[in-house]
Amino acid sequence: MRGARPIDTEQTLQIAVTVNGESHARAVPVRMTLADFLRHELGLTGTHLGCEHGVCGACTVLLDGRSARACLTLAVQADGMDVTTVEGLADGDRLGPLQQAFMDHHALQCGYCTPGMLTTLTEFLRENPHPTAEEVRIAISGNLCRCTGYAGIVRAALAAAAALRGDTA
Amino acid sequence: MKPAPFRYHRPSTLDEAVRCMAELDDARPLAGGQSLMAMMNFRYVTPQHVVDLNRIPELAGIETTADGAIRIGAMTRQRDVKDSPLLRERCPLLAEALQWVGHVQTRNRGTLGGSLAHLDPAAELPGVLHALDAVLEVRGPDGARDVPMSEWTLAYMTPALEPGELLTAVRLHPWPPGHGHGFHELARRHGDFALAGAAALVHLEAGVVSRAAIALVGVDDGPLRLPAAEALLTGHAPDPQRIAAAADAAVEVPGIDDVHASAAYRRKIAVVMTRRALTDAAARASSVVPASVGPASLPRGERRIAPPPSPAGGSVSG
Repeated sequence: MRGARPIDTEQTLQIAVTVNGESHARAVPVRMTLADFLRHELGLTGTHLGCEHGVCGACTVLLDGRSARACLTLAVQADGMDVTTVEGLADGDRLGPLQQAFMDHHALQCGYCTPGMLTTLTEFLRENPHPTAEEVRIAISGNLCRCTGYAGIVRAALAAAAALRGDTA
Repeated sequence: MKPAPFRYHRPSTLDEAVRCMAELDDARPLAGGQSLMAMMNFRYVTPQHVVDLNRIPELAGIETTADGAIRIGAMTRQRDVKDSPLLRERCPLLAEALQWVGHVQTRNRGTLGGSLAHLDPAAELPGVLHALDAVLEVRGPDGARDVPMSEWTLAYMTPALEPGELLTAVRLHPWPPGHGHGFHELARRHGDFALAGAAALVHLEAGVVSRAAIALVGVDDGPLRLPAAEALLTGHAPDPQRIAAAADAAVEVPGIDDVHASAAYRRKIAVVMTRRALTDAAARASSVVPASVGPASLPRGERRIAPPPSPAGGSVSG
């Protein structure tokens, strides 16, 4: 692989992706990551890029409903798929229950990790409506937060789970 | 953009993928992308061609074969291996170990075959499949061949794949019902690469170990079986002393000396992880009476069925 003649021309492909319920068709360079596509092509800058090698979790989006690192997925791989970003979790200016719980329980300070936390926990709470604090910690083990010490995030996730179940808090 | 320019290929059949790999110079197959994409973002690797295997339906799926084996397609997501009711029932070691593999986001994309072909020394899945004596199915321009897991690791991160060959599936024979399983590892944080980890399988007959398999990860170039420890257990009741003696065999493994831990520390961890994995496996194993031995000939006080174990892993021993 090293020493091989480098490819010096950019290949582009036409893709069609549904993002937060809206269809988008674009010609994209094949080496563009899904994260860059969302941010630079669609202007959806809610998806954050921290490490760009799959460690920090800030760029987590839902790909056909399953959480995935947008920095480790090529935009062309999302062709024909359904993507949900953090922008898709709110109803206009109205926060979703998980977002509201993050606000209520001080689950963010700088906010950099928040989009990835929210998308990850959206999938998690859908599959596990009755989580324990320990399960929440394991669920967000792939999302790094350098501000909160995670305590507020865990509290918010448990509160959101209760709200989503319809329990009175 | 992070990766260097490349040409992108998206075959829809295995034949087409094999042809791509054979005809293209400097081509890399892209499985779940959880390692390759990171390496491309860093430009550690700059392939001229990327062959995306994600749209080849025949490469994914879990099925039982005519001879009673379970065949898992190489592109089956780690998440789907972990959640498979068939594998949870017949081969619970896989789900147990998969709790430790990365995080939910990486398991959603990451594949069984990708982990085996990437062959990180600390990867859990190669260790588990080594303990299970799995056979790997490989396809190349010259046709298909089988590679036993014992011959899969050639060197550090180097599987027994010829240029142009693709790993297509994994076949394993589940252990008999009632066998016990265990997996333990030590990592600094949940989801980190393990400093050392151990997979164990134990089958009991009339209270004694009739078969044992132990594989370690994170202590050598590839996963390592512990035949000496397996032999120490076989034919004996798996009491704590016997398990501790068997686990002590792990102190002989090479160990890896790096910034994360010294080889000596890894050997020490390997012993402890082996002991814990064996303890779980023995506790979960039911003692079945061999067909040739009736209940009347059981030694006095011998229990036919061990008490139900309390799974250490909590929710995963399905």
